[in-house]
Amino acid sequence: MEIDISRLVKLARIELKPEEEVRLAPQLGEVLGYIDKLNELNVDDVEPTAHASPLSNVLRKDELGDSLCRDDVLRNAPESSNGLFVVPKIVE
Amino acid sequence: MEYELVIGLETHVQLNTRTKMWCGCANEYGSDSNTNICPICLGLPGVLPVLNEAALRKTALTGFLLNCSVPGYAKWDRKNYFYPDNPKNYQLTQLDFPSTVDGYVNFESLGEIVKVRINRAHLEEDVGKSFHFADYSGIDFNRAGVPLLEIVTEPDINSAEMAYDYLNALKIILEYGAVSDCDMEKGQVRCDVNISVRPKGQSELGEKVEIKNMNSFSGIRRAITYEFKRQVEVLEKGGMLVQETRRWDDNAGVTDSMRTKEDAHDYRYFPDPDLMPHRPSDEWLSAIREGVVELPLDRKMRMMSQYKIPHESADVFVREPLLGDYFEQAAKGVKNSKSVANWVINNLQAKLVESGTTIDGLTFSPAAIGELVDLVESGKISSKIAQEVFNEMFKSGVSPLDIIESKGLSQVSDTVQLKAFCEEVVAANPSSVDDFRDGKDAALNFLKGQVMKVSRGKANPKMVDDLLREMLVD
Repeated sequence: MEIDISRLVKLARIELKPEEEVRLAPQLGEVLGYIDKLNELNVDDVEPTAHASPLSNVLRKDELGDSLCRDDVLRNAPESSNGLFVVPKIVE
Repeated sequence: MEYELVIGLETHVQLNTRTKMWCGCANEYGSDSNTNICPICLGLPGVLPVLNEAALRKTALTGFLLNCSVPGYAKWDRKNYFYPDNPKNYQLTQLDFPSTVDGYVNFESLGEIVKVRINRAHLEEDVGKSFHFADYSGIDFNRAGVPLLEIVTEPDINSAEMAYDYLNALKIILEYGAVSDCDMEKGQVRCDVNISVRPKGQSELGEKVEIKNMNSFSGIRRAITYEFKRQVEVLEKGGMLVQETRRWDDNAGVTDSMRTKEDAHDYRYFPDPDLMPHRPSDEWLSAIREGVVELPLDRKMRMMSQYKIPHESADVFVREPLLGDYFEQAAKGVKNSKSVANWVINNLQAKLVESGTTIDGLTFSPAAIGELVDLVESGKISSKIAQEVFNEMFKSGVSPLDIIESKGLSQVSDTVQLKAFCEEVVAANPSSVDDFRDGKDAALNFLKGQVMKVSRGKANPKMVDDLLREMLVD
């Protein structure tokens, strides 16, 4: 199966060296080819579903629970300032 | 060539639940940054979001208010994109099985009742808020995960004015349903505008331009007016429009391009594996249906026909539902309900503003206003005295009848007494009497005023007029 590796790289926000692209593209193609086997199944009588589990209506009441303290919220942030997560300047 | 506008709106409205969509963190505006946060809000590995039942309920109720149907199956999907205000790198939304579909809104626009079809109102989550500094941006995730209803119209809107009227009508419907506070200042209502132009009569749609993330209705009206002009100019010059996303610069009053179709997002939607679908039961839906309130436009029409009030008055009662409810109680059993409306709008409302009180804080019952109107109608007091009684009633909460009796304010309609007042005034103002006899009608008004003064406002004005004429013509 053909893979547009440069597009995938862009979507996933990762960088690959050209030789990695050459190596990975066929490998990913093989994985997709393997999954493609599912297309051989006859699913005419099978209803589509979004979940394998038969559960539905898993709900909670609109009641306040515990939130984290701010130090914990920001603990894993590479950088923070004045209680905000610091990120590179957003310009769109 | 003549061109026409085709507009569709996607309106995002924050639901006023106590907690967020997937967790028990507070749905609260104005908290310290990053304090209403838990691992679910941050999308940390291994967390399990659970649907907030109140958000689903408010969504279904909105659906009913927008004449939508509520399908028996709804699910959630991941919309994948990278942006710093999006903690999970996907937004949970409803792609192909939304909670409500196929409705419409009727509203007034440019003096007519018009209809805009609703494609769907689906439930998703809000993202965080960014703050921009000189060399970095900062993110507050308090808003991330707040339930957000996206209400999508069909492209049925054909002018900036109609878009503006639709948005105002929608806002008041949502307020009636108490599903959202719709506070524009707090960013609780935001809108994406899809707009295209085409030569009049052409059935094919023009290239669609989307203006993103507008947060004021008047801004939207201006942006549409600007876009129409811009797009028509491009076409007139023989240019081509491209499908693109633009941004409205409210200060400059212009839109500029953010991205074109070539670099449009590829969201790679797929069903969220952590959230189970929702299958609303009949009992659940019928309980919600009980909360369906009278729509603003229906209320207006009903009030106009039931109480014979002009549409301006009905508009006030639609915009101010509490005042309207108060009016309806006051008008109960009163013959001149139009006069009750005037009292409520002109006197009561002004007095409330002046004294800084609310309707809940009033010390007299709505029926007292009805009583006051009946007293004027029956000629027991003049409308001038009624003002005085009203002021007293507003202060003390005492009923109009009691005020009139204790202060001796009843209108004097006794001929003998009125004659005495008139004779006194005629005797005291010989020059005005002469003026009137010389044909100056205005002099009579002066004399009438004097009689009212002598009677301390209690004389029946109609009778005074008759009596004076009778006396002076002889």
